[in-house]
Amino acid sequence: MKTDFEIVVIGGGPAGTTAARFACIGGAEVLLVERRREFGVPTRCAEGVGETSLAEFLKPDPSLISRRLKGARLISPDGTAVELTVEGSGLILERKIFDRKLAELAGEAGTEIRLNSQVTSIERAGDHRWRTKISQNGTEKKVTSRIIIAADGVESRVGRWAGFKTALSLHNIESGLQYQIYDESVDQNFSELYFGEEVAPGGYLWCFPKGEGVGSVGVGLAADRLKGKTARSFLDDFLHEKFPNARIISMVAGGIPVSVTLKEIVGDGIMLVGDAARQVNPMTGAGILNGMIAGKLAGEVAASAIKQGDTSKERLQEYHKLWHQRVGKIHRAYYIIKEGVIKLSDDSLNRVAHLLSDLPPEKRTIKRVFFTALSRDPRLLLELRHIFGR
Amino acid sequence: MIAVDRELCDFCGTCVAVCQPDAIFLAERDIRIDLEKCTDCENCVIACPLGAMREVSDEDRF
Ligand SMILES: Cc1cc2nc3c(=O)[nH]c(=O)nc-3n(C[C@H](O)[C@H](O)[C@H](O)COP(=O)(O)OP(=O)(O)OC[C@H]3O[C@@H](n4cnc5c(N)ncnc54)[C@H](O)[C@@H]3O)c2cc1C
Ligand code: SF4
Ligand code: SF4
Repeated sequence: MKTDFEIVVIGGGPAGTTAARFACIGGAEVLLVERRREFGVPTRCAEGVGETSLAEFLKPDPSLISRRLKGARLISPDGTAVELTVEGSGLILERKIFDRKLAELAGEAGTEIRLNSQVTSIERAGDHRWRTKISQNGTEKKVTSRIIIAADGVESRVGRWAGFKTALSLHNIESGLQYQIYDESVDQNFSELYFGEEVAPGGYLWCFPKGEGVGSVGVGLAADRLKGKTARSFLDDFLHEKFPNARIISMVAGGIPVSVTLKEIVGDGIMLVGDAARQVNPMTGAGILNGMIAGKLAGEVAASAIKQGDTSKERLQEYHKLWHQRVGKIHRAYYIIKEGVIKLSDDSLNRVAHLLSDLPPEKRTIKRVFFTALSRDPRLLLELRHIFGR
Repeated sequence: MIAVDRELCDFCGTCVAVCQPDAIFLAERDIRIDLEKCTDCENCVIACPLGAMREVSDEDRF
């Protein structure tokens, strides 16, 4: 078995598979290591994405999609529903198939793929190389490479081993849990987002359609606002109240990093992408597309650095710069907005919902939602102008 | 000391992300706490979505 590569990508989620694919397209020799036995399973995700941005990466084939949404409904603590139908409303993916498709694309581009392979450590091997230890069915293997792309998700241990400060504070992680339920009353055309201290302190509760009576019902809650309760108890309380007859098909837990992007996402011969780099949108918790964008940028820069024979931190900084230009600035602003939104009291949330639901449907846009929600905070309004323009 | 209830654990990695001293080892279906490194900060206990992490006395480990 081959033991030396130009690039080793650790983690086969959307960020890792996309990084591997574009590094190969750029001409590099790439190994992708994933500890799971199968890509995308279990799916620790609500699978919501915007449609337009997806096309940059692959054709939105019908098999990758569970539902096309007609809109979203935001529900305030007193039950006021604000319907948003104006903008492109998004898709609910079938990540089990989607993640595998992304891995296939990486494989077709030339990536060598090892599943059921847990990385247990990385270390410098001299001569600008890394040695990665991989445990597969209890046997240990070693591979060397010029570059490591750490795409190991929310845990982000690989980065830590290389000296990055990736550990999150309780304030900057959401404790998440999701059930897939069967209940005829799940709205199959709208996503529903519930807010408030009782249902979802510091985050929100979602109900996304999956087709044929099935829905994904989940919570992501600021870990520093749980007051000794668990995500599970919040979700169970909601389910008893709203879907008392639901049949629970499956359950997944998961953590969502809701911080700013790490200050450093590259080092000598190493790049962090996706959840590992804390690139999830901290306002919405959406990380699939951001991870893919980062993966593409990192993969391309890595391949070109290899070609030039310079894998120094300075060379790889180009990825950081590109990320910042394309997403990073807005990402930071979303963090500030999140901080504003999670401070709103239930009364404020209700007031915002009343104001918005009085508007004619064509005026109810995401932009309007944020502006209304944060209208009493001049600093945040400035941030909003920064993101959306006036 | 901190112990994890493997019956409850879903191997999701939330605890790993908030463990500052990197004391938690997680595999696809395995989890272990390195008690040498653990500082008993209880971040994992608070953040675990399922309540699978607990502070226990030395006698009643899982
Ligand atoms: C409950 C929940 C709901 C969500 N809903 C949405 C949503 O609706 N829309 C959205 O866009 N985002 C959502 N997200 C976020 C989204 O799931 C992530 O942002 C996305 O999966 C990140 O992709 P990634 O490739 O960075 O990491 P992951 O998809 O987490 O991939 C990391 C991979 O690395 C592997 N790995 C880790 N350590 C090692 C190791 N040592 N050796 C080998 N392999 C390793 C893991 O097995 C995993 O497969 C949600 C998250 C949660 C928890
Ligand atoms: S956070 Fe809880 S469920 Fe997730 S891996 Fe840690 S102990 Fe297990
Ligand atoms: S108590 Fe703190 S240090 Fe110990 S395992 Fe949990 S998070 Fe890590």
